[in-house]
Amino acid sequence: MRKLDDRGGPAQPLLIVNGLRKHFPLKRPMLDAGPRPVVRAVDEVSFSLPKGGTLGVVGESGCGKSTTARLLMHLVEPDAGDVIFDGEAVGRHDGLSVRQMRRQMQMVFQDSYASLNPRLTILETIAFGPVAHGTPLRQARAAAADLLARVGLDPVQFQRRYPHELSGGQRQRVNIARALALGPRLLILDEAVSALDKSVEAQVLNLLAELKEQFDLTYLFISHDLNVVHYISDEVMVMYLGKVVEIGPVETIYGDARHPYTRALLASRPSMDPDRRTNEAPIQGDPPNPIDPPSGCRFRTRCAFAEAVCAGAEPRLATGAAEGHLVACHMNDPASGHGRARLAA
Amino acid sequence: MAALLSIRDLQVRFVGRERTVHAVNGVSFDLAPGEVLGILGESGSGKSVTLRAILGLLPPRRTRYAGSIAFEGQELLGLPGRAFSRLRGKSIAMIFQEPATSFDPVYTIGRQITETIVRHEGVGEAAAQARAKELLELVRIPSAAERLKAYPHEMSGGMRQRAMIALALACRPKLLLADEPTTALDATVQIQVLLLLAQLQKDLGLGVIFVTHDVGVAVEVSSRVAVMYAGRVVETGPLADVVRRPVHPYTQGLLASTVHGSMRGRRLDAIPGAPPSLAAAPVGCSFAPRCRHAHAACDATPPEHRFGEGRMARCVLATERAAA
Ligand SMILES: Nc1ncnc2c1ncn2[C@@H]1O[C@H](COP(=O)(O)OP(=O)(O)OP(=O)(O)O)[C@@H](O)[C@H]1O
Ligand SMILES: Nc1ncnc2c1ncn2[C@@H]1O[C@H](COP(=O)(O)OP(=O)(O)O)[C@@H](O)[C@H]1O
Ligand code: SF4
Ligand code: SF4
Ligand SMILES: [Mg+2]
Ligand SMILES: [Mg+2]
Repeated sequence: MRKLDDRGGPAQPLLIVNGLRKHFPLKRPMLDAGPRPVVRAVDEVSFSLPKGGTLGVVGESGCGKSTTARLLMHLVEPDAGDVIFDGEAVGRHDGLSVRQMRRQMQMVFQDSYASLNPRLTILETIAFGPVAHGTPLRQARAAAADLLARVGLDPVQFQRRYPHELSGGQRQRVNIARALALGPRLLILDEAVSALDKSVEAQVLNLLAELKEQFDLTYLFISHDLNVVHYISDEVMVMYLGKVVEIGPVETIYGDARHPYTRALLASRPSMDPDRRTNEAPIQGDPPNPIDPPSGCRFRTRCAFAEAVCAGAEPRLATGAAEGHLVACHMNDPASGHGRARLAA
Repeated sequence: MAALLSIRDLQVRFVGRERTVHAVNGVSFDLAPGEVLGILGESGSGKSVTLRAILGLLPPRRTRYAGSIAFEGQELLGLPGRAFSRLRGKSIAMIFQEPATSFDPVYTIGRQITETIVRHEGVGEAAAQARAKELLELVRIPSAAERLKAYPHEMSGGMRQRAMIALALACRPKLLLADEPTTALDATVQIQVLLLLAQLQKDLGLGVIFVTHDVGVAVEVSSRVAVMYAGRVVETGPLADVVRRPVHPYTQGLLASTVHGSMRGRRLDAIPGAPPSLAAAPVGCSFAPRCRHAHAACDATPPEHRFGEGRMARCVLATERAAA
């Protein structure tokens, strides 16, 4: 389908997210009269994504990466927060409807198999969305065949195949083609290459780079693989237990991270150099339960620099090493009362 | 030193009514006592099947073996099930990606570790319980006595993997088979478990085969590596040599497509295509359809070419590539 116009101009971020929040209520444990427990999956998440950029989202499992993506797609309803797509509020009567937004924002998931209908051929799968949006069948099929070729699958050889007749890497190419069929401007890739073997992952990463140029795309790239995120992203957002702890340009995050969690996460990467193996784990323990996160700074139970102020007050995101680099840590705030806060200035 | 484990030309096939899978197609390697061999390879390359073959953990009716697996000089292939269960847990132990493979969800981990000790060491209940507590301390689980009473689902992922290691060490094995035990863990937890395993290996002098698809993980734990492709070991050697000077085109491709930050803005040197189906026994070099150096000589199965200090590459160009 034809791509929709750039409405806000190049300076307008394609996506602005403000105070996004989702708490999932759980069943009360038996015989327990206390308040109903909630999972604080996403709490006050804010960021903006410039046109043509790639924002990488990292963090340990359960920190809210996928929930953030699903909230943006309106696959789950947010409890609070605003999403502004190219200057227009999504889901407001005077803004963009969810249906209009979904044409412009598409998602690719990790599980390449579960996201494809086993009874549709590859070509039918890719043409499905455009047909549902009113494109004539013949035209949708021709466009689908063209997309197949663009993601590196020969239409003659592949268009009549079913998902089970493809390898994981091929299925992920189909998922990308399907996401592109509606002519979106933003692609959310949630662990989209994580299930692939390294040699195939490299092929798909090359493909994503090519498509970004060809189709003028903007990416939100979610992954637990810190090396891949370093490779592909312009900006990186680090999450911990539903919160953004640090966000900024990729070179700042990988070269001059200020949040103790970001530093620990980066230092936890296995070494690629046999002469420089890791001697000591950067932090101990597992991430705590998001049902009842620690008060104040949620990282304080694993942080080597935690002080009383860290339990008492929640650190706010504030400018770190440079403009556009934000850190949520009391050590970064000279007024916080943290003993090491002076070092930040 | 005499090998702890010696595998020669191992072949494993799964036969079914519909189709046959040629999972392992001639694997040979030795493991010295106290050595850590990392087996590196992509999904479906035969890493898990090789490990499971050592312990006889493959479906007995559908699995066909050829070749030899000798543990301390004793041939394991063809051993009856009873002999295997004696060996298992006693001399050879295995840990998995999924702790559910090791732990029964309906019993506490303390009970499961204690039972294993009683069964294999013939000690009394009280002594076994004391040892179970020691084991949890050995794998650095805090408040070990308390934790013995926990059910597997009550523990975090990292804690369960530690408990699984404790269970594997319960009967003082000489050989530990590790099948991606940290793959499902988060980065900050994975490195803790890797360092724990490395420390235990050194302290206890264990021989370890550590299977992984992650080059970084292999670098952290192994002294030697074996790279598998389509059911064969295509390259082996001391870790640093193989990582710095890979000779087999597949090893080179795998290392080149392992992404890191310094590759930013560059197109990745990806290996084209996908691994073969394994529906038929390989004829010639299995990597040929994806290899940019493939030529007529690759139609015959490449021999194991040995060179340097303990290195091997299974490629017809190995001699000239190793010299280059
Ligand atoms: N429908 C739901 N009901 C209850 N809890 C939920 C629901 N969806 C997500 N959660 C919880 O919200 C938290 C964040 O989940 P999410 O899947 O977004 O994290 P993630 O960082 O993407 O994790 P992973 O990397 O494991 O996929 C987790 O604790 C998760 O268990
Ligand atoms: N029980 C089984 N029955 C049939 N095929 C199997 C069985 N177990 C493994 N295979 C096949 O053997 C090949 C190698 O598998 P595996 O050793 O598990 O790979 P890896 O562990 O390297 O991912 C794959 O093609 C897999 O599908
Ligand atoms: S606010 Fe305190 S506990 Fe949180 S990261 Fe900073 S120093 Fe550590
Ligand atoms: S034997 Fe031939 S096809 Fe196989 S890796 Fe060597 S050069 Fe390539
Ligand atoms: Mg997720
Ligand atoms: Mg496996």
